[in-house]
Amino acid sequence: MTSSSVRRHKATGLAVLLVGLLATGFGYAAVTGTAQASAPTANASQIEAGKKLYLEGCATCHGLAGQGSSDGPSLIGVGAAAVDFQVKTGRMPLAQPTNQAPRKAPVYNDEEIAALAAFVASLGAGPAIPTAEQVDTEDANLAEGGELFRTNCAQCHNFAGKGGALSYGKYAPSLMDATPTEIYEAMLTGPQNMPNFPDASLPEEEKKAIIKYIENLQQGDSPGGLALGSLGPVTEGVFIWTAGLGLLLAAAVWIGAKVR
Amino acid sequence: MSVIVKEAGRAISRADERAPISSLLKANLRKVFPDHWSFMLGEIALYSFIILLLTGVYLTIWFKPSMTEVVYNGSYAPLVGIKMSEAYASALDLSFDVRGGLLLRQIHHWAALFFMAAMVVHMFRIFFTGAFRKPRELNWVIGGSMFLIVLLEGFAGYSLPDDLLSGVGVRIVAGIIEAVPIVGTYLMFFIFGGQFPGNDFIPRLYTFHVLLVPGILLALIGLHLILIFYHKHTQYPGPGRSNTNVVGFPLFPVYVAKAGGFFFVVFGVTALMGGLVSINPIWAYGPYVPDQVTAGSQPDWYIGFLDGMLRAMPNWEWEDFLGRTWSWNIFIPGAVMPGILVGLLLAYPFIEAWVTGDKREHHLLERPRNNPTRTGIGVAAIVFYGILVINGANDLIAITFNLSINQLIWFTRIAIFIAPPLAFLATRRFCLGLQRRDREKLLHGRESGQILRLPHGEFIEIHTPISDDEKAVILSKEDYPVVAAPPATDENGVRTPGLRAKRWRARLSRAYFGDNIQKPTPAEIEAAAHHSHEEHDHEVEELHAGGKEVPAVLGPDSH
Amino acid sequence: MSEKTSTELATAEHHGEEPLFPLPPHRHRLTDTDPRAARRAERQVATMFVLSALLVVAFVAVYVGVDVRSTLNLGPFGVVNASNLLLGLTMGGAILLIGIGAIHWAKKLMSDEEIVDERHPLGSPKEDQDAALEAFQTGVAESGFVERKIVRRSLIGALLLFPVPLIVFLKDMGPTDVNVLRETLWKKGDRILVDITLQPLRPEDLNVGTLVSASPEGLNEVQELEHTQNARAKASIILVRMKPEEIRSQQGDNWDYQGILAFSKICTHVGCPIALYQQRTHHLLCPCHQSTFDLSDSGNVVFGPAARQMPQLPITVDEEGYLVAADGFQQPVGPSFWERG
Repeated sequence: MTSSSVRRHKATGLAVLLVGLLATGFGYAAVTGTAQASAPTANASQIEAGKKLYLEGCATCHGLAGQGSSDGPSLIGVGAAAVDFQVKTGRMPLAQPTNQAPRKAPVYNDEEIAALAAFVASLGAGPAIPTAEQVDTEDANLAEGGELFRTNCAQCHNFAGKGGALSYGKYAPSLMDATPTEIYEAMLTGPQNMPNFPDASLPEEEKKAIIKYIENLQQGDSPGGLALGSLGPVTEGVFIWTAGLGLLLAAAVWIGAKVR
Repeated sequence: MSVIVKEAGRAISRADERAPISSLLKANLRKVFPDHWSFMLGEIALYSFIILLLTGVYLTIWFKPSMTEVVYNGSYAPLVGIKMSEAYASALDLSFDVRGGLLLRQIHHWAALFFMAAMVVHMFRIFFTGAFRKPRELNWVIGGSMFLIVLLEGFAGYSLPDDLLSGVGVRIVAGIIEAVPIVGTYLMFFIFGGQFPGNDFIPRLYTFHVLLVPGILLALIGLHLILIFYHKHTQYPGPGRSNTNVVGFPLFPVYVAKAGGFFFVVFGVTALMGGLVSINPIWAYGPYVPDQVTAGSQPDWYIGFLDGMLRAMPNWEWEDFLGRTWSWNIFIPGAVMPGILVGLLLAYPFIEAWVTGDKREHHLLERPRNNPTRTGIGVAAIVFYGILVINGANDLIAITFNLSINQLIWFTRIAIFIAPPLAFLATRRFCLGLQRRDREKLLHGRESGQILRLPHGEFIEIHTPISDDEKAVILSKEDYPVVAAPPATDENGVRTPGLRAKRWRARLSRAYFGDNIQKPTPAEIEAAAHHSHEEHDHEVEELHAGGKEVPAVLGPDSH
Repeated sequence: MSEKTSTELATAEHHGEEPLFPLPPHRHRLTDTDPRAARRAERQVATMFVLSALLVVAFVAVYVGVDVRSTLNLGPFGVVNASNLLLGLTMGGAILLIGIGAIHWAKKLMSDEEIVDERHPLGSPKEDQDAALEAFQTGVAESGFVERKIVRRSLIGALLLFPVPLIVFLKDMGPTDVNVLRETLWKKGDRILVDITLQPLRPEDLNVGTLVSASPEGLNEVQELEHTQNARAKASIILVRMKPEEIRSQQGDNWDYQGILAFSKICTHVGCPIALYQQRTHHLLCPCHQSTFDLSDSGNVVFGPAARQMPQLPITVDEEGYLVAADGFQQPVGPSFWERG
């Protein structure tokens, strides 16, 4: 992020420069803010509060003791990270059974989510919610992040993190709204059909690099101009057949039209 | 002004002492071209080609067609330190470190998409108006060949930067080549200089892309244009237009300004798009590595139908008793079907000429409705092609509209057989309906929408006669006779030679023209005019003549 | 017309010679009748040409003055390259205005009276055709091409063989040993290294549901040596881990290691790398043509155009506890080819 704001030094106007810097600054503040807010400290009362919430909102599908049922997988050993990811992105609780739980506004507030996470973590050891330090991408290697992203992520989430289709109506979601913590948690826990990438096979350093690359994608840099959704040649084809050819055909009709 | 003319005159006479330029100018300066927007579609293609040549030359200045591995150290931060081919690195450099390089690249790519799109719509216009008929069959074949060549040329250009997306495309092409029976593996080895991806492909493709194909295209375009000049342009039917004249404006000055101006419009629009709209952001795809891929790996739109076919094809593969592999799942959609489609495209003028037996020259365009079978075939082909293109983007459609790719593929597998025939039948019926309406218009005039109540209580709708302009257009219709099948043997009991072919021709002829609505004969028009006069007109006239207000005219004007 | 027979169609050289209705009378435009309108059009055209020239000046100014790396934040349109945007706008605008000006000029100020050209028969006149045929006949007779059979036939033979060298040259475009397609770098005991980080893996590094893209040790050295990515294009694999009881079948007995399975990453359809692993369903989906493989069932095809199962690599651990190949691939990886068998 810093390197790109350095690149802006000779921008065409001072105003643009300022706007760009401000936007980057705010974005950075927002990102680090979220990261810092997500370090839970488990204690007995929190686990108790979480259990209460769990029995009300989750037990119908995941079982009274988190053992799972035909309607929902077991939560024993999924860890706090999985709960934090699923509930904070609004994917859980599920509104109705579908191919895939979509991202939506969260039902619980941060305190409740922390309680739920503490309770589920108490059911069995699993990945913890990443600390602020773990998602601090300041020193991460952007280019290596890109390489790792293209090797491990782009096949489902597309080269620009816009998401992609899986079989039978399932899909890999867009990463444009994902926070660093969510990305880290998703890699650790493998929500829904996503495979997981534990620290042992994809160490923290590499995860940070990937997050840094995704943050770079989220900035929406598109040197060439209007990005057309960053979906590849299909939208370019749609553009040429609608706007492009439309414009030239309009010109042709104008040339051929009689003048009064 | 006079100075300009005088100087030009001098220049011409000096030139004339060396080459007969005056004769050339005399024949062509005031050559007449008819004016219609649909005659400019081919121009878009031509101008795109010129833009491609121009921008392409600039791109060669910086692009290095080499697969040698280098470490990127340019100004695009997310790729610094990454290993990549020199081709990709130089494409990045010309995009980020050469002023205007990105603009040239984007103009070049947008112009390529324009080129193909304009060729397609140009071909539609030629097809649906019958402009491919004698004497222009050869030009149709040249045009169709260019379509195929430009498709390959476009794919080559798309592949040259050696980015992740295009590299996957090349991998697919290598797979298709491998699937060719008998020679496939060797072909692949020859093209890639060994296994995929090798080190030779990009340099070889580069020569193909910047030298071989543009050379062939230049020659074919030259021939295409010479034939257009020689044949003189076709024109739409209308008053004053016949099969033996051409009505329009002179080349100089009107078309020099209009067509020349249109070149600048096409170039200007393409350049604006190059500045405003991103195309093929190779930096975002990353360098090609054979074990990386992105979701939504698609080719440029003109290859989309091939990709759509590959996706829809069931997984048929044989191993014969000699242990040879027949990859029907790849060979059919990748090579056989494109071959058949291009073959049918190139052969169409000859098929239709054989069916009609028409050996005359046609310079007056046929209205699509007046050849319902041809129009139906054209629409069916568009539907067929469209389904394949859409299937080529099925993953993006699935994620955009919350559908399942599996359902979409099954939809394609079924629709590809059902939808084109339905489109054919519907189009044909629609055309016949329009023919019927034309006949009605000629006989009884246009329905005015005004209802008149006659004194004795009867309601009639007033029909207003159509203009001469419209009559000229409708009367341009040609009624082709249906060719009858010859008897199996002649009167002496000798078998008719070529009986089977002749019967086929009779069948096709009936399919083409059996249902056509005959244009009314002059006698019929005369009789109809007389009849309607008898029936109603005099009563209406009497009402007018009596100075009375027409009693009860109901219609658009009355409410 | 409708009585016309097909023989007439075949012979009639021309049809519809005379227009059925005369050309409508020419209507004057406002610019033809009103000199003020004409002058206005003239001014409009000239304005466009002048603007075009000014935009060219602006283009040069942008080229010189705007850094090639500078960016502009266009809000919802993203952060774009300022140089590209401004160069495109000025260049495109300049070119477009010349076009619009010229067309406007033609439409408003040049004569719009339609003129009629007669078409002439396309072919050469009869006497030319006859003369051409005669010239050809004379040439044939003088050459003796018809009588001198030996010369003719030997010439035809020589001409038929003449392109042979041109085709033979192509032979060395590439090697012809198809067996390289059957081999990959993998052999017994090769450590499995994670792509990019190149770290070796222990079984406990993979959880149930983990996906790893990997390649054999020594791949980078081979790549350096050969200066190609050929080895990578065949040797790339993915590792997945599932509960052992979820594995319904494998391509060989105990080719897994405690539920860890290794499969080629190269699609058996046309060779795209696949890693769209859906850990709940154990399906592997190709992003190119949507072939779907069930990794819990020998990597068999469950959907799409691929005909062959995804080749499985037998794996085990070495004495240090790292995952290694228990053997090479037992079938060729990647797309089918004629000699594959």
